[in-house]
Amino acid sequence: MRYAVDHFARTTISLGGIGIIVILLLIFIYLVQEVMPLFSGASVEARGSYDRPGNPGVPTLQLSIEEQAGMAMRLDAEGVFHFFELDTGVLASSERLNLPTSATISSFASDSAESGLLALGLESGEMLLVEQEYDTSFSTVDNSRIVTPSYTYPAGEQPLLVYDNEPVTQIAVGSRGEQFLAALSNAAGDVVLLRGARQQNLLGAFDPDASPVYNLSQITLPELVPPANQLLLDGDLRWLLAIDRRGAVRVFDLASAFRDGSVAEVARANLLPQGANLVDARFLLGGVSLLISSDRGETSQWFLVRDENGNQLQQVRSFGGSDSPIVSITGEWRRKNFVTTDATGSVRIFNTTASRAVFEGDLLQAGAVAMAVAPRGNALLLESTDGKLHAWRLDNPHPEISWSALWERVWYEGYSEPDYIWQSSAASNDFEPKYSLMPLTFGTFKAAFFAMLLAAPLAVCGAIYTGYFMAPRLRRKVKPLVELMEALPTVVLGFLAGLWLAPLVEEHLLSVFSIVVLLPLGIVAASLLWMYLPRSLGEYLPDGWEAVMLVPVVLFFCWMAVVLATPMESLFFGGDLRNWLSDELGVSYDQRNAMVVGLAMGFAVIPTIFSIAEDAIFNVPQQLSYGSQALGATPWQSLYRVVLPTASPGIFSALMVGMGRAVGETMIVLMATGNTPIMDINLFEGMRTLAANIAVEIPESEVDSSHYRILFLAALVLFVFTFFVNTIAEVVRQRLRSRYNVL
Amino acid sequence: MKKQKLSKFQIWLRDGTPWIWFNAGAVTISVLMLFGLLVILGVNGLSHFWPRDVMRAVYTLPTADGIEEPVEIIGEIISSEETESARLQGSGLLLNADQEILQRQLIRFGNRDLGSADFGWIFPQYLSEQSWPEDITVLERREWSDFYGRLQSLQENGQTLAVADPFEELQRRLQRTEAIHAEINAIEDGEIARINWSMEQLRLGERRLQLEGNNSAEIISTIRAERQTLLLEFEAVQSQLNALYRDLERDTAQFEAANGVAVTIFLADIVRAYRPNAMGVVAKLGVYFEKLAEFLTTEPREANTEGGIFPAIFGTVVMVLLMSVFVTPFGVVAAIYLREYAHQGFLTRLIRIAVNNLAGVPSIVYGVFGLGFFIYFVGGEIDQAFYPEALPAPTFGTPGLLWASLTLALLTVPVVIVATEEGLARIPRSLREGSLALGATKFETIVQVIFPMASPAMMTGLILAVARAAGEVAPLMLVGVVKLAPALPVNGIYPYVHLDQKFMHLGYHIYDVGFQSPNIEAARPLVFATALLLVIVIATLNFAAAALRNRLREKYKTLDV
Repeated sequence: MRYAVDHFARTTISLGGIGIIVILLLIFIYLVQEVMPLFSGASVEARGSYDRPGNPGVPTLQLSIEEQAGMAMRLDAEGVFHFFELDTGVLASSERLNLPTSATISSFASDSAESGLLALGLESGEMLLVEQEYDTSFSTVDNSRIVTPSYTYPAGEQPLLVYDNEPVTQIAVGSRGEQFLAALSNAAGDVVLLRGARQQNLLGAFDPDASPVYNLSQITLPELVPPANQLLLDGDLRWLLAIDRRGAVRVFDLASAFRDGSVAEVARANLLPQGANLVDARFLLGGVSLLISSDRGETSQWFLVRDENGNQLQQVRSFGGSDSPIVSITGEWRRKNFVTTDATGSVRIFNTTASRAVFEGDLLQAGAVAMAVAPRGNALLLESTDGKLHAWRLDNPHPEISWSALWERVWYEGYSEPDYIWQSSAASNDFEPKYSLMPLTFGTFKAAFFAMLLAAPLAVCGAIYTGYFMAPRLRRKVKPLVELMEALPTVVLGFLAGLWLAPLVEEHLLSVFSIVVLLPLGIVAASLLWMYLPRSLGEYLPDGWEAVMLVPVVLFFCWMAVVLATPMESLFFGGDLRNWLSDELGVSYDQRNAMVVGLAMGFAVIPTIFSIAEDAIFNVPQQLSYGSQALGATPWQSLYRVVLPTASPGIFSALMVGMGRAVGETMIVLMATGNTPIMDINLFEGMRTLAANIAVEIPESEVDSSHYRILFLAALVLFVFTFFVNTIAEVVRQRLRSRYNVL
Repeated sequence: MKKQKLSKFQIWLRDGTPWIWFNAGAVTISVLMLFGLLVILGVNGLSHFWPRDVMRAVYTLPTADGIEEPVEIIGEIISSEETESARLQGSGLLLNADQEILQRQLIRFGNRDLGSADFGWIFPQYLSEQSWPEDITVLERREWSDFYGRLQSLQENGQTLAVADPFEELQRRLQRTEAIHAEINAIEDGEIARINWSMEQLRLGERRLQLEGNNSAEIISTIRAERQTLLLEFEAVQSQLNALYRDLERDTAQFEAANGVAVTIFLADIVRAYRPNAMGVVAKLGVYFEKLAEFLTTEPREANTEGGIFPAIFGTVVMVLLMSVFVTPFGVVAAIYLREYAHQGFLTRLIRIAVNNLAGVPSIVYGVFGLGFFIYFVGGEIDQAFYPEALPAPTFGTPGLLWASLTLALLTVPVVIVATEEGLARIPRSLREGSLALGATKFETIVQVIFPMASPAMMTGLILAVARAAGEVAPLMLVGVVKLAPALPVNGIYPYVHLDQKFMHLGYHIYDVGFQSPNIEAARPLVFATALLLVIVIATLNFAAAALRNRLREKYKTLDV
């Protein structure tokens, strides 16, 4: 029985013990598992292939998929909308646009997918604007969702005559808020701009179903663009771009077009290399970046950058990967992704921010004639040359993340050059998330650096004195104080740093610097003075009590520094050091800055370094220093030549552990810095660290989103870094311990 | 070679005296920094409760257009400082050009409801008729913070009372409103809370039946009937409450604030009234301790910037206790396994290093793990399995007490393992061998011999773990702490300990009030007091752990011989 109990206990304890250790390992595994999906690409899965609905032989103008990716829409060149199930191709409804039966569509354009605005130019010189939307209702029978398409005509139900019996050869359309703009051109290059502004209708506010009424205005700009150029409008409806087959682009500023009819050409550029031909050009989500596909198999991204010469179209990056010509290209609705197909039928999905191909696969035999991506980016519809439609399920959760997006300079839209930026959220939908971990990592090490700048000398020197010179009685009193210092909650330190120290430092900036200079001088002066004092007085101080003797000295010099600061400030810095810094040196000053963090976190790190270093020095076998002193060395010499070299691995490991603690500290930096993710080594500016960033952002991030996983990545980076640093320190310490044992 | 006699200075240099003093200075500076911090915390934290004298004066600030309008000010002087006039130049003040240094004082004017800021800087050189009238009354109020003014008269139901000493009468009547407040609180925390809880249970029960598909008309009608009874009960309690609230509004007091502004204040809004200028040290001490007790035992008011911190103390204690329940058995078992059962080889050494290092992993990482694993993964699964009726509102799939305790248990388990192992390692081998030689099994040896001897070490580990957990904030922000919890995590409603509830925490309270508060000037002293309390608690725990450890060492010193 007893042995059974013993056996049972052995099993239970072993299981329990191993279990705990496994759980601790689980932290690492779990973090890795949360982070991994960030770096995996997209995957596709076939949902169905079927003949396209509608009359055979009529080409497709546009494909689109509705929000839930259950239904899809095809607009053909006869002006008929076909609404069908995405998986099976079963036709739900067909509707022809308000077009005369004889009308031929000569040009076609669509706005960003979200608005559903389409523009058709006719052979007869007329144009028609259509806004196609989906209405969702719920069945009364089984509560299932019913989607029906609806069509409105913002520029009037009837086609609008623009050119007299001349075909509309090019058309572009865009919308922004309550406004839309269409740009048309004929064979001669006469551009017509048609603007519609939504009428503010009092009744309309009470009747959500009423279709909006637009006030139309129209201007004609004769021979503005060369004939046969593709027209594009940017997202702000400010720039009109005309691109020819060779990729030469002209950019026109429409800012004052409707005011005084003047349109200025602001930039010209060649978007394609010599000899390459344009396949398609379109704006990426947000209407800032222009994507240009060529028959060389390359797609490049351009946007307008402002510099001293005005606006320049600048190539930001290019996406290759294909040896055969690109056939078609389409953009995603809500992310900075786009899809291309090439002549061999390879489909590629790229993300511009991450600058990588998320997916690459031969889904077709030849290039797609038309394409659509579902609004949520979870389905893909391709039309092949033989008139078949192919629906694919798309799983592409984290396209915007790549090694380069996290750690390298990225040229973000609207910036004049590549930069490291952390900006995880914004108010608008077409915002480009900026997930560079560099500013955060930089901030982390900046904070740790300034903390170590204070802590390392104080803690190591203090440890040397306590471990080697200090009287044992005093040492027994100092050690628990240091332990108390180590146990102080960091939230208290952070609070004091942010609310008490930061304003104090701001007020007495010069005093802080004077203390740094005055204190060491004062201490040396005190020791000199002590030596020249009469012998009898000196005997009151036994060896190893200098630290107590220094208490009034330190207090006195701190007081001196504060008192001297005001006249010194008036004398040298015009009364205010902060103004002087910003006026004379151009250094800006934040109240909660790196210096405050350095002081507070240095305070938090001192005891960590101190205890380990003191341990190493105190445990150096005494015979070593006795031997050295017996040979005539002074205590300082034997410390410097014998004890310190022996204990140096211990001091090193103390510094490592201190560093690890400073890197991972959260509350102090959260409270004592402004938490702005900037990269600036300036002592008087704040920073945002990895740890503080997690604390600030993770409660608000959506579970399993890219943002959420990146914060997990930040945690993993912290985990791995501190674990690595601590392990090195621990191994060094264990070696040291066994060496002491040998000695 | 001629032997040279070294001068004092040369000896000083040769002996490295300046370096030794330097090193000594480092110790001095570190220790002084610690003491400085404790002194600042103590002074700021404890002085807050002292009833300061209230000054009355006339303040005439010169303005640019030459019009000088004297205003009466009544308030407490919070602090004074000297500033260079250069710094004030941008502020639009008309100042003497030749005056380089200006004295200025921070005054608490109170009376936030009268529209002005309750704190402000003044220049004492423009003060006149400074006095400390004995009849100035300070009111601590439930809303709008403090009030300074003179008591004019008291009204009952709008009728002015003819009493000789209105202030004394005010104090007596305040006791009455206090009693009514206590009664209201008792009803709201007791009856109303119970009825709300029952209602919620009914709703969840109904939803569960619906999900299970057996929502027959019979069951539904019983539920309806129960709901009806509850509603009736609720109405009864509500009318009782309404009567009490009407009672509260009976008494009002007429006050005159600075500049002769007449103010009517409901006695129900007053927490405490005193006349600091008329009080002696003993009377002030009385108010001091009354305020201190209020701070420790009552709930916060005015967005946490006033009142007490009792829910935060309570939340911290409950969380730490729950954490101890998790961390002690697991930590001790793991340590016993590592020391007594595991084969002492390379792998064990590796594990030991790993466990040691986990104590150095940043606490926020544990918070992230707790949020992702415990809350979203485990909590989400629990909700799916056991609380489908409450979805989409999460029960355990949201930060709460249980997850906070578990996360902190994980965070502190290395501390317990390391401390316990250290204790086990100190026990001489001979004791184990002796026990085994007498025929005891290994388990018996551990339970009867090793365990009692190592228990102080385990206690040390636990205390250190508790001290660390009590001061930790970063992970708690992610896994369950909130700025204001409506109810305590332990109360009289079944199941008494609410593991899924969010709670308040001292450390987080400091962060929240200090950094998220709208009126930081008013909240600052309270944050200092909270920080002081937290430091005292943690210091006590640490000294206790140190004492235990020393006792343990003494014990084995004798055994070693």
